[in-house]
Amino acid sequence: MAVDLSLSDEQAAVQQAFAEFFARESPIRVVREAEPVGFSPDLWKRLADLGASAMGLPGSGADSLTLCLVAEELGRRLAPVPLIEALVAVDLLASLDAASLLRPLTEGADIATLALDSPYAGRLRLVPAGAVARTVLALDGSDLVSLQRTAPPGHEPNFGCSPLADWPLADARLSTLASGPRAADLHQAGRALWKLLMSAALNGIQASALEIAVAYVKSREAFGRQIGWFQAVQHRLADVAVAGDGARYLTYEAAWARDGGAAADADRLASMAFLFSAETSFFTCREALQFHGGYGYALEYDIQLYFRRAKAWPLALGDPRSELLRVAKLTYPAQES
Amino acid sequence: MDFSVEDELAGHREQATAWIAANADPVWASTQKATGCYHTPALHVLLAQQGFYAAGWPREYGGSDVSPDLARAILQELARIGVKHDGWSTTSLVLNTLLDVGTEEQKRTYITAGLRGEVIIALGYTEPGSGSDVAAAQARAVRSGADWVINGQKMFTSTADQATHIFMLTRTNAGVPKHKGLTLFLVPTSSAGFEWAPVHTLGGQITTATFYTDVRIPDAARVGDVDGGWNVMRAALVYERGGGVGARPPSGTSGNVGSQRAELARQVASWSQAARRPDGSRIWDDPGVQERLARIAIESEVYKLLWMRSSWIAAAGGSPGTEGSAAKLYMTEREQRHHWDLLDILGAEAVLSKGAHDAPIHAAVEEAFRYGVVGTVYGGSSEIMREIIAERQLGLPRVRNS
Repeated sequence: MAVDLSLSDEQAAVQQAFAEFFARESPIRVVREAEPVGFSPDLWKRLADLGASAMGLPGSGADSLTLCLVAEELGRRLAPVPLIEALVAVDLLASLDAASLLRPLTEGADIATLALDSPYAGRLRLVPAGAVARTVLALDGSDLVSLQRTAPPGHEPNFGCSPLADWPLADARLSTLASGPRAADLHQAGRALWKLLMSAALNGIQASALEIAVAYVKSREAFGRQIGWFQAVQHRLADVAVAGDGARYLTYEAAWARDGGAAADADRLASMAFLFSAETSFFTCREALQFHGGYGYALEYDIQLYFRRAKAWPLALGDPRSELLRVAKLTYPAQES
Repeated sequence: MDFSVEDELAGHREQATAWIAANADPVWASTQKATGCYHTPALHVLLAQQGFYAAGWPREYGGSDVSPDLARAILQELARIGVKHDGWSTTSLVLNTLLDVGTEEQKRTYITAGLRGEVIIALGYTEPGSGSDVAAAQARAVRSGADWVINGQKMFTSTADQATHIFMLTRTNAGVPKHKGLTLFLVPTSSAGFEWAPVHTLGGQITTATFYTDVRIPDAARVGDVDGGWNVMRAALVYERGGGVGARPPSGTSGNVGSQRAELARQVASWSQAARRPDGSRIWDDPGVQERLARIAIESEVYKLLWMRSSWIAAAGGSPGTEGSAAKLYMTEREQRHHWDLLDILGAEAVLSKGAHDAPIHAAVEEAFRYGVVGTVYGGSSEIMREIIAERQLGLPRVRNS
């Protein structure tokens, strides 16, 4: 059997390095202080100093699985930095050989992001990391374009505390990077990488929420027992633990596929991983919040930070139902009538 | 990481299918389905005579030169065409246990005869009053001179009607904690006082209840120490999890579980792309149908991966504990929900049985629906699996006293 679910030494080293980095540099205090925008310039600078946003460049040695491991650690600590969006933008620009756009990003001087949806009514609506980026890549009609501004537009308040912003096309300097089918393909590839890395980040959120829940139900007592003794609690936590493990492996499988293991299926697997991680992560947070009783509703407890983000982050892609329909069409090629 | 599943038996598939083409009777599968008996005596004799059962066993107990991989490939290919071999599954499980804990005489007697197909052993653990709590068995074995006398009942003793022996869990000491008063015996079904009755199931299988009234057996039929039955059970449960009848992937190459099961959804999808509702609309065109089929694809992929993790740990020489429970729990729970959804998608015709006029996909979904019901129970119920995960993976307090 060729199956091997272990990390390579390099992957394990990167995983550990970023686990330590985010644990040290993004404690929950930093997460709270970065609200409501969801961006810590200081943390971003430290991350850029590590060369994190250049990790996806060809020749950097980091494969998709490694990027997923980094995103998972980011999610675990709710790190308020637009690393996923930056990695996606860098990946796209690298495949376009757009060196002049790329350099400021990999040097940490600028932040770029990808608009997941096309402009409507003259603006790009709720661009992820749009409130902190000065460059946005977008599919405008049949063109892949870059939009640049000297300063990002204003942040739109949102319950996920994500740096979302609207980008009016008229206010930005536009240049065309690719046209026709190639533009659409590149944009779709960018979305697929965003879904993959987002699924990894959501898995990180899931793991933390489960840890928080387990610690809480072991310490909280009711009716003379730790509430973690009750089967109504145990069994539900067991269910989300199993689903969380499954979500992680689905993400890893999608990354492996993208790295060449099953290239033809990579796009579909990224969608599947995104959907399953989104559902599993939020449901784990919901169960964790529920087991906190009234405290889950109180802002001073941390679980609500995870709960809000687990729901909000994946919604950047819109109603997940359309992604489900995409998986259906890719899985069961239809003989259209 | 590498998620590519290689068929480790690929080199034997051709020979296995050729063997089946030359030896298998086409009616075996339909007879099993019609009778609910998942043991075909003619096949059993054939596999034993040609040394397939003996493949890989120690020579001194009757092992053959046949390649164990070829033997496995043949059993898998038989399962693929709907021919099960439950009698051998339970027999080999007990023979493996005897290899670990049996006396030299027992090994020579039972293993040799078992590999020749002359001994068929059914499992007698479950009782009318105890299933998941297997150590609560009440069937009594009492010493009588050099013999033992057994009285009690066993439930779901599958293939007991075909078996020569029951591997029976009994209580030999009621005055100690339940795990410490158990003893295992190999009870011949030819014994005076042994009776069985059929138990009909939702899935179509006919299993049995067995009854023991003053059944007298010699001490030589005892497996393991007196009151040491729990140690024997632990050895036996390893084989049950590992490849016998319980918590394991369905037959097929390890790691290939999800794709096999997703096959049913694929059939329904392609059916839905042609079939129409009474109002004339094409079923596939309903986004609700596509959504459910997509979910099935995703969740089947997840249980494939959970099994893959479990087999990978085992292949690396580890012992998948909570990982096996996780895979079993997730797969069987999801699978049932998938069957419900697939039935809904098929609509009114979903209820049609084999033989009905135009039953969609030859009633495969309704069969899977009925058969799948037992998945969340046998080999450890979902509730037990969740308890194991809560306790051993999450470190939550142990709920059961014993």
